[in-house]
Amino acid sequence: MDHTVRIKKRITVAVAGNPNSGKSTIFNMLTGAHQHVGNYPGVTVEKKEGFCRWEDTEIRLIDLPGTYSLTAYSVEELIARNFIIEEHPDLVVNVIDASNIERNLYLTTQLIEMEVPLILVFNMSDIARQRGLVFDIDRLSELLESPIVQTVGTKGQGRDVLLQAIVETARRGRSSRVHRVRYGHEIEAELEGIESILKAEEPVLVDHYTSRWLAVKLLENDKAITSLVRSDHVRRIVVAAIARLRTLFAEEPEMIFAERRYGFISGACQEAIRNTVELRHDLSDTVDRVLTHRYLGLPIFLLFMYIVFFLTFKIGAYPMRWLEMLFGRLGTTVAALWPAGADSLPRSLLVDGIIGGVGGVIVFLPNILLLFLAIAVLEDTGYMARAAFVMDRIMHRIGLHGKSFIPMLIGFGCSVPAIMGTRILENRPNRITTILVIPLMSCGARLTIYALLIPAFFPPAWRGPMLWLMYIIGIVLGVICAKVLRMTLLKGETSHFVMELPPYRMPTFKAVSIHMWHRGWMYLRKAGTVILGISIVLWFAMNFPRVAAEDLQGMDNDHAAQVRLERSLMGRIGRAMAPAVRPLGFDWKVGTALIGAMAAKEVFVAQLGIIYAVGEADDHPESLRERLQQAYTPLQGFCIMLFCLISAPCIATVAMTRQETGRWRWALFQWTALTAMAYVITLIVYNIGALLLH
Amino acid sequence: MDPSGLNPDKEQVKPLSKVKAGQTARVVRIEAGASANARLASMGLVPRTQVSMISNGHPGPMVVSVKGAKMMLGRGMAHKIMVCAASPQ
Ligand SMILES: Nc1nc2c(ncn2[C@@H]2O[C@H](COP(=O)(O)OP(=O)(O)OP(=O)(O)O)[C@@H](O)[C@H]2O)c(=O)[nH]1
Ligand SMILES: [Mg+2]
Repeated sequence: MDHTVRIKKRITVAVAGNPNSGKSTIFNMLTGAHQHVGNYPGVTVEKKEGFCRWEDTEIRLIDLPGTYSLTAYSVEELIARNFIIEEHPDLVVNVIDASNIERNLYLTTQLIEMEVPLILVFNMSDIARQRGLVFDIDRLSELLESPIVQTVGTKGQGRDVLLQAIVETARRGRSSRVHRVRYGHEIEAELEGIESILKAEEPVLVDHYTSRWLAVKLLENDKAITSLVRSDHVRRIVVAAIARLRTLFAEEPEMIFAERRYGFISGACQEAIRNTVELRHDLSDTVDRVLTHRYLGLPIFLLFMYIVFFLTFKIGAYPMRWLEMLFGRLGTTVAALWPAGADSLPRSLLVDGIIGGVGGVIVFLPNILLLFLAIAVLEDTGYMARAAFVMDRIMHRIGLHGKSFIPMLIGFGCSVPAIMGTRILENRPNRITTILVIPLMSCGARLTIYALLIPAFFPPAWRGPMLWLMYIIGIVLGVICAKVLRMTLLKGETSHFVMELPPYRMPTFKAVSIHMWHRGWMYLRKAGTVILGISIVLWFAMNFPRVAAEDLQGMDNDHAAQVRLERSLMGRIGRAMAPAVRPLGFDWKVGTALIGAMAAKEVFVAQLGIIYAVGEADDHPESLRERLQQAYTPLQGFCIMLFCLISAPCIATVAMTRQETGRWRWALFQWTALTAMAYVITLIVYNIGALLLH
Repeated sequence: MDPSGLNPDKEQVKPLSKVKAGQTARVVRIEAGASANARLASMGLVPRTQVSMISNGHPGPMVVSVKGAKMMLGRGMAHKIMVCAASPQ
């Protein structure tokens, strides 16, 4: 081979490390991607791929979910573990939170044992410096047998050095290790024995995983690795060795392994890390005492929630009104392109169907942006995990634990990522229960329905509490449903609850705005594609079949429009289903809009917009909200919101439930049960309300 | 023989859930079952580790600090972690 010619290479690099150590931040720094970053463990729950180039090498990076060890307890950890162990990346970039090094190095000791080419990234070195930690990098690098690169992922510091190190280390390939982590001579003797038998009897496995790592895993009683071993001889020897160690130490061998690893780590840290600042009383501990206080915690959380939704609504109302005016003016301008009084179908399609439908959805963009701004702040400050803590007591009573509340909070943005986020839950019945109730958390799309209806039916002073009430109703119903599920279909142990609490961080403007714009853009894209398509279909369904002109003779414009609408396809469907929704206080227009909402909840808003535009002559200046106000009572308005909150999760949610539970059964069950529950609850509320108000 | 290297007779061994906020304790042994033990170990909770209690809200979960990181622990879990008063070494 000619070494003067530069060969283009492709390498695969896994980014691995403890949860919340900054893996996705490093991944984004290297690839320029915008993977979701947040200050709590379990943000990334699937592997993500990205590319970058350095010199002659194309680097394929895989951002993995976080994991504390190479033994997996939950789905997302399994993804990380399997990628590292089974797919043999050319290199593992182990991202380490340098301000919290001892715990982070536990995984590192296991990676070293695997003999994969390894780079240690000491991320968050800004925070480590603030805490007064000084690293003897050369010494640490020697002890840990791997190159070390210091980075500040959020500021992009250390990018080039890291890329250089990746390319160089990958070039060197897999190398055998000294194995400085020793487990004491009793264990080492057993390891040696098992290694030599493995080499003789399981050459394929040894070639794939290295003998020392296999021997350690077998003695640690790792189920997945033990099941790979075919040879009975090896199995017998391992069982005997474990029994010997157990009697010798009066403890499970895997605990001895863990202790010895930490022993090695703490020795290395004492040797190579100096602490120049005396640790003072931590402010964050004081904050935590208040926020996680046993009596104050929950009220503080509810207050935060109130403030968030109130502001989303209050501040969002101004730009929303400007957008409404803008679309209103756009509508009149476009309508004016046709001669006045002419009955033109293209004009109606443009003005009533597209501007009325899509525009009616887009006007809520400010609310959506504010909502996701609030969620981003919640995620980035570290309060998210505290909310999970505060809710743990309630969650515990219903047979879940606080961790389930994190995906539920994400569900206030959108159910789809929330359902995926349940991967952090270790226990399957827990996880399925959480998935099933997530749609009860009012998502961003339902916020648009509330933002349309609440101002139409309630005086200003009631609006904030009303919105808050909708969210609380969702949470309470979710809690009740979870309890019922755990007592019936999804019985089982509540798994143990441990979760890391991330440090408090000031959210950066950049991170928060990227997140906000990303979600805002998704909303606009949805409005411009799915909602646009559905709006056009709905418009056709409301205008065809046409009514013959002679049937409309003698009617005024409004009446004619009304008759036309009633005889259209949509009108017929609506009238067919009217008896079903009448007990809930809904007329056929709301009824048909509920069908549209099954595709996506925003369609409800779009469809009401279209139906009220089509159903009237064009010379009405009222806004949709004023029309709704004339058509329904506040009680009906409330019942519409209630029904939209509980019923039929959207198609994307159904598909995600199917994907994450692995069964259509659960998705269908979720859909049917929620819809039935919505019907019953709305029926009761409407009828009791109607009685009381009369 | 004392398996953990500590002497439980001299010092009072109690579950972590009994430690008051602001106090520091030392793990003697963990009796949560193989899988949970390993899970805790991977998060830094192994025998001989110092644990300080940040907040302990009866009857709910608690916040502890282990090896410089904060963790929340369910009460059930904390019952199974046996500790003794931390002695400066
Ligand atoms: N101060 C500081 N903060 C950082 C640095 N790198 C990342 N962060 C922050 O740390 C938090 C966690 O970052 P992520 O990249 O989401 O962490 P992750 O390892 O991907 O987390 P999981 O996907 O949950 O395992 C975020 O709030 C980041 O903004 C850094 O170098 N310095
Ligand atoms: Mg991540």
